[in-house]
Amino acid sequence: MDPFEVIKQTRGRRSLLQALGVAAVGISFGGLAACSKGEGKKLANGEEAKLNFYNWDTYIGETTLDDFKQATGVDVTMDLFDSNDVLFAKFKAGNPGYDVIVPSNDFVERMAKADMLMPLDHAQIPNKKNIDAAYINVEYDLQRKYSMPYTWLALGIGYRKSKVKAAPDSWKVLFDSAEYAGRIAWLSEAGDMFRLYGKYLGKSVNALTPADIATIEKMMIKQKPNVKKFHEDDGQDLLLKGDCDLVLEYNGDIAQIMVEDKDIDFVVPKEGSQLNSDNLCIPKGAPHPKNAHAFINYMLDAEVDKKITETILFPTPNSAAKALMPDSYKNNPVIFPPADVLAKCEYARFNPELQPLYEEAFTRVRAA
Amino acid sequence: MAEQDWKTNRRVFAAVSLPTLFWIIVFFVVPMAIVWLYSFGENKGLTEIDISGTLDNYKRATEWLYVTIFGKSFAVAALVTLICLIVGFPVAMAITFAGEKWRPWLLLGIMLPFWTNLLVRTYALMILLGSQGYANKGLGALWEGTSWVKTLVGLQPLPTWEPVQLLFNNFAVVFGLVYVHLPFMVLPLYAALDRLDRSLIEASLDLGAGHFRTIMRIVVPLAAPGIVAGVMITLIPALGAYLTPDLMGGTDSQMIANVIERQFKKANDWPFGAALSFLLIYAMFALIAIQSMRRKVPEVG
Repeated sequence: MDPFEVIKQTRGRRSLLQALGVAAVGISFGGLAACSKGEGKKLANGEEAKLNFYNWDTYIGETTLDDFKQATGVDVTMDLFDSNDVLFAKFKAGNPGYDVIVPSNDFVERMAKADMLMPLDHAQIPNKKNIDAAYINVEYDLQRKYSMPYTWLALGIGYRKSKVKAAPDSWKVLFDSAEYAGRIAWLSEAGDMFRLYGKYLGKSVNALTPADIATIEKMMIKQKPNVKKFHEDDGQDLLLKGDCDLVLEYNGDIAQIMVEDKDIDFVVPKEGSQLNSDNLCIPKGAPHPKNAHAFINYMLDAEVDKKITETILFPTPNSAAKALMPDSYKNNPVIFPPADVLAKCEYARFNPELQPLYEEAFTRVRAA
Repeated sequence: MAEQDWKTNRRVFAAVSLPTLFWIIVFFVVPMAIVWLYSFGENKGLTEIDISGTLDNYKRATEWLYVTIFGKSFAVAALVTLICLIVGFPVAMAITFAGEKWRPWLLLGIMLPFWTNLLVRTYALMILLGSQGYANKGLGALWEGTSWVKTLVGLQPLPTWEPVQLLFNNFAVVFGLVYVHLPFMVLPLYAALDRLDRSLIEASLDLGAGHFRTIMRIVVPLAAPGIVAGVMITLIPALGAYLTPDLMGGTDSQMIANVIERQFKKANDWPFGAALSFLLIYAMFALIAIQSMRRKVPEVG
């Protein structure tokens, strides 16, 4: 029947809804059919030659997955997530079928506490030796029971050089000043925002109290009219497109766009900042745990991580890979901020008591 | 119309309705019931939710902070619906009175946006509205042109062009929501206007009423069911919009759905998110109930 006839004959919204509903169901069935593929061939380790990898966007080398397939025969399917919260929410109702995931430090802690991660068998990951010793025994995962470090990153200010008077080397320009009103973007992550304000006020990111949160909330409400957008970790796009001139972002994200646009720079403010680290983990219930170990080991290989690092331009904790990188990477002050600033930076610990307070306070800031 | 009563043909009725009933129960009623139960629960640790029958979530959801966010969402959705109605009514009229040959193409034009995902459409709109976007480039070119013409006739040129802020504010949210929801308004309006008896319009015009008066006194009352349907079908999704305020909004553009989303993701407080969701659902139920009560009033005959 002519599709327009359907519309003509729909009398009233009920039948119209039905006509639209039929189309919607048709579409969702199409998606499911694509997922159910036949069984693949078995590997020597007894697992089928498949691996499901859940990663961040722009966070892998251009050929890494193909190279891994050439080396091992394992087909990697990569899905992307855009925040740790999405990752956590997905796993809350059970592992949806992933073998390797990349949570940040505080979420490694949180997911380990929630019994979502499988302890790693270090014997299957000999390339652990490539990791800088400073990243092995970390507070959020003692002796790397559940995770292997993939990258580390620092929050700071990405800015357009031609639009600022001087390098914005203090959080003041973002948090407590009308100098760049209407050209600023903050991160929409409540916890990070409150902790960085804490840094601006000279406190440790892990020592905030409910009274501090109330003080910071007032400061945020005061500064809000000068802020254009709370971005979902896509500040680099706002900066690149010229919608904002100063954005709160991670160093690697800004390093990526600095390749495209020479007018952009990045600074970690002098008050210090918050560090993060993304880690390779195997979630409980992973269908291919042996492949997952092999994949993590492969990712930690010096040559492989060198290729990844060349693309993603994040600081790597892999000292063997870093040694292979050119000086333009090793001495890049954006990727590796100066030691005196770095000394003032801290990793945020997972804090289940404060997290809801951060969220509610930030909802009030948004509503103000 | 000779309709068969379902009571006379129970088996056929059961056979036909069973798959739908199954679908609704398994994929709608059961999941919704679980979420409803969550709304009376509290977080125990990171993943466990203890359904203790507490009303704390609702108590918190009716605090002033959340009431104002609900109120703001209603205001935005109502404004969006009003603009859709004002813009959509003439469009639906035009389609109704267009020639037989044109009508399918015009309807296709209305439905064309549905062929693209909402996310893609929203990003396209953002590219258009950004400070370096095409809308601003076009306005900038016009401004430069005017300035040039002014210098040509010996006047002072205009000051340099400053891009207009079209994105990341409440204007952008309303604009984006109108853009997304306009087809929902036009289609039911068209359905209502299409079955309107044209001779009534002719009679009104013959009896001396002007065009505007004919529309207000004859067309609008007769199309009332379509208008109500269009308002409902626009208002309800606009009330639950979260993608548009999230992507196109500024720092004060959160709507209730954004708050709900954050409870399920960032705050990891599913019980509170569930309570907020159900308050929103109850509000929508109320809207639909008001509408169906209105429908009981005998229509103009």
